[in-house]
Amino acid sequence: MIKKTVPNVESALKGVADGMTFMLGGFGLCGIPENAIAELVKLGINDITCISNNAGVDDFGLGLLLQKHQIKKMISSYVGENDEFERQMLSGELEVELTPQGTLAEKCRAAQAGFPAFYTPAGYGTEVAEGKETREFDGKMHVLEPAFKADFSFVKAWKGDEAGNLIFKGTARNFNPCMCGAAKITVAEVEELLPAGSLDPNEIHIPGIFVQRIFKGYDYEKRIEQRTVRKK
Amino acid sequence: MLDKNGIAKRIAKEVKDGYYVNLGIGIPTLVANFVRDDISVEFQSENGVLGMGPFPFEGEEDADVINAGKQTITTLPGASFFDSAMSFGMIRGKHVDLTILGAMEVAENGDIANWKIPGKMVKGMGGAMDLVASAENIIVAMMHTNKAGISKLLTKCTLPLTGVGCVKKIVTNLAVMEVTGEGFKLLERAPGVSVETIIRATEGKLIVEGEIPEMDL
Repeated sequence: MIKKTVPNVESALKGVADGMTFMLGGFGLCGIPENAIAELVKLGINDITCISNNAGVDDFGLGLLLQKHQIKKMISSYVGENDEFERQMLSGELEVELTPQGTLAEKCRAAQAGFPAFYTPAGYGTEVAEGKETREFDGKMHVLEPAFKADFSFVKAWKGDEAGNLIFKGTARNFNPCMCGAAKITVAEVEELLPAGSLDPNEIHIPGIFVQRIFKGYDYEKRIEQRTVRKK
Repeated sequence: MLDKNGIAKRIAKEVKDGYYVNLGIGIPTLVANFVRDDISVEFQSENGVLGMGPFPFEGEEDADVINAGKQTITTLPGASFFDSAMSFGMIRGKHVDLTILGAMEVAENGDIANWKIPGKMVKGMGGAMDLVASAENIIVAMMHTNKAGISKLLTKCTLPLTGVGCVKKIVTNLAVMEVTGEGFKLLERAPGVSVETIIRATEGKLIVEGEIPEMDL
């Protein structure tokens, strides 16, 4: 067994530096690597490029890095209700590459799986396709999209073991599995870190080969953006 | 004239037994409330769940189980979770039968714009560009005019496009229309709304043939 455990978030983020490109899992605030984000804020590194579906909210998730102007460029599909993200984008302080969500996920997966690029119909005929190679397949137009290149992937899983195997929970899975092994170094933070052999190999979502460092995260806030309920 | 729930109620009639359906944020989300309970339908949310159920009971919310609108949800028997690449594989691979989404503008050739107002507002396209580029059955749910009273059904979209020539049907507070290639073909009127009112509220070409029935809600 090849051991991937590191003692804490500090050792997990060893090697991050100004100007790097990071992938960060999560959809809204669901399944975001809370510990890694907090550490990036603490380290104060700047000019970073973040590949993440959203940019958190004003005061949580990637919003914390935006507040401190540590992010040079965001590659996302949705700005949504993050006012600071929208403000920095419209004022030109922040470079933003808006990418269709399915294309964003596949650009991660392509990097993981060793495809240099792929064709997708998404965005054809829109400004997303401007300057990109297009090609017709079966009478339909497609856009060529390159795989992402990143220095670190920061993902959050529910359970993991010493070998780096991961299991995700609910919709907190989202982009996390697609980003594993899609950067030079993948850092996984987990709620439960177990000895090798504790997880059933049949139930592993991401094999440890895609993960370089794994640590047990702590103090998960798991903030809910839209608490919707019905009466009993 | 219909309110948002009325629009959702009319669209719910388009949902057929055995359909996998993707609902966008806003009015489309309401459609789930009006689908007949004697048919089998599964709702897909692009953040990675198939078989979405109603909102959880108070105190049973799970931060790890949300829909694409970031609302807490539940799952029904037979539900599954999956990652974002697989989710869009379902969409791009045409496994989802019906897509219902909102729009800022629709053009008479089926073009749709719903993600950006240059210089003013950028929400991002989220999954909308993937959905409209691949789905074969797309219904737009929206108000017929914007807050300023200007028609959202146009000869040509003025805002940056989300997709080209993809919308098949539109349900608004005033009417049901089909996109035909020659223009918006008026199929039904909302209760109490005259054909003249719909003509006045439609900037693009509206095709009116024969008697236009009132919606049966």
